Amino acid sequence: MAQAVSALLSIQHVSISFGGLKAVSDFSLELPEHGLYGLIGPNGAGKTTVFNVLTGVYRPDTGTIRLAGQDLIGLKPHRIAWFGMSRTFQNIRLFPDLSVLDNVRIACHLRAKAGFVSTMLRLRSHREEERIIEEKSRRLLALFDLAERAGEEARSLPYGDQRRLEIARALATEPKVVLLDEPAAGMNPKETHALAALIRRLRTEFGVAILLIEHDMGLVMEICDHVTVLDYGVTIASGEPAAIQRDPRVIEAYLGEPTEVA
Amino acid sequence: MMARSFLGAVAPLAVGFALAVALHLAAGSLIAPFYVKLLMDIGINVILAVSLNLVNGFTGQFSIGHAGFMAVGGYAAGVITYYGSFLLFGNTHVAEGWLTGGDLLFVGGCLFGAVLAALAGFVVGLPSLRLRGDYLAIVTLGFGEILRVLLQRTGDVLQTAEQVEKAGVGTLATSLGGSLGFSGLPYYTDLFWVYVFVTITLVVALRLKFSSLGRAFLSIRENEIAAEAVGVNTTRLKVRAFVLAAGFAGIAGGLFAHEIGTSLNPRELGFQKSFDVVIMVVLGGMGSVSGAVLAAIVLTLLPEALRGFSEFRMPIYALALILMMILRPQGLLGLREIWEMKWLKR
Repeated sequence: MAQAVSALLSIQHVSISFGGLKAVSDFSLELPEHGLYGLIGPNGAGKTTVFNVLTGVYRPDTGTIRLAGQDLIGLKPHRIAWFGMSRTFQNIRLFPDLSVLDNVRIACHLRAKAGFVSTMLRLRSHREEERIIEEKSRRLLALFDLAERAGEEARSLPYGDQRRLEIARALATEPKVVLLDEPAAGMNPKETHALAALIRRLRTEFGVAILLIEHDMGLVMEICDHVTVLDYGVTIASGEPAAIQRDPRVIEAYLGEPTEVA
Repeated sequence: MMARSFLGAVAPLAVGFALAVALHLAAGSLIAPFYVKLLMDIGINVILAVSLNLVNGFTGQFSIGHAGFMAVGGYAAGVITYYGSFLLFGNTHVAEGWLTGGDLLFVGGCLFGAVLAALAGFVVGLPSLRLRGDYLAIVTLGFGEILRVLLQRTGDVLQTAEQVEKAGVGTLATSLGGSLGFSGLPYYTDLFWVYVFVTITLVVALRLKFSSLGRAFLSIRENEIAAEAVGVNTTRLKVRAFVLAAGFAGIAGGLFAHEIGTSLNPRELGFQKSFDVVIMVVLGGMGSVSGAVLAAIVLTLLPEALRGFSEFRMPIYALALILMMILRPQGLLGLREIWEMKWLKR
């Protein structure tokens, strides 16, 4: 199979502006199945805007987005989640007053079938589904070392745990593609190292493709197959990490001295 | 297995209904009329507070028009029982009594009121797709006020069977007593029906809260953007919350309309009443069903307890609320239920 044609997530010529500001112009990316792609760039380069366009928070002015052949333009965020795209947020957005378990269980609701009537009548189908949802959620929490914290309020978790919980929650929607927005932000080197291992497991154990926004260059260069660099909304480079590290435009726009990288 | 699960589904309803029957039997003899009235007031307020909690507490939308839905239900039920009694029985008092024809007509009226109120809830819920916070609050307040003004402009209540028989449906539906209120409604509301509906309200609210669907409701109040991102159809659930809450408010309205010692008039079901219910929800804890019940009980009894010092009643009431907001802004129970509180488990 030719990779370019069978890309899982195909983004073609996406542009969006806010008033006079062109936030993202002519952005294209082909994310293959099981791919782990990085999206980097200086602050304000439009990385998170790309995520917001992909997940339906913003509607792009032009361009097409297809996920496994399904056109996503104009769909509401919850529909896009249904078609298999899930995300985390740069500024963590958990359900703070709810328990860790509930945070994950809510994301399972998307694939649940029991409706209002069976919920009210406590039908067998409803109780069966509740049991499956709880099992699935607890399994996910165990994978993310959060099992012991299942009953705690999400707001009470330490920062690193909150980040991991967000990823667990994103996976509970049974996505094909996961968008991670700066998962290593605020983590110390040890935590970042553990995160790298975790992200690798996402694609081996869950078979998802990942698009990663990250400022930690060590992490990006270590785990990504492919890196795209944005600057002022424009894609200035795209390719394998090693090639990106050597690209003079990237170095000029973003990385500064090349010695910092490795 | 099958039998056990069936029992689990039905038991709470059965217990509630049995309690309602017990209250009904005790009402005349063991419970003095004053306390019967108080227990009915409590029950109606419980229905109002628990149902508003579905909107304000579960989905985090701020509605202050609950009395409006109550009015829709109350007047609709009133039209059914009052004019219906004339048409069916010739006058409004023949068929009084527990589970008689008139009593059943009254319950039918309450359910009809619930449906109409739910429809109104759908209409008011629609703007909630676009509005947030204060703006939504203003829309719900506006709904209540528009309704109040419309009700004030309705015609006099028809007094005799002859008038009713001659009048068309349109006339009957607009002869609601204007600003004087819908007088002459028979007193069908009793402890039995109040607590039957209290039971249904509580079972619905609790089953919702502890289900996948209910958690999806809660996710909206917690973080709407994240809720959408994990696939929760926030617009649909917000409207659903409005419809459900309005339906129960409609039933409460029907019960209120046919209760002894109340008067169904536009002023009584104005924004003051809406605020009373909002205060119950806030005091009990946004999202806590048992908190709403507790607050409804306390805030129904408090004015009675303070009746002796009537001139200090409002200041004490206000002071209690201000203190509450300072000392425990999340309400008595927060999001938890009373059986989930930590001090209970220790």
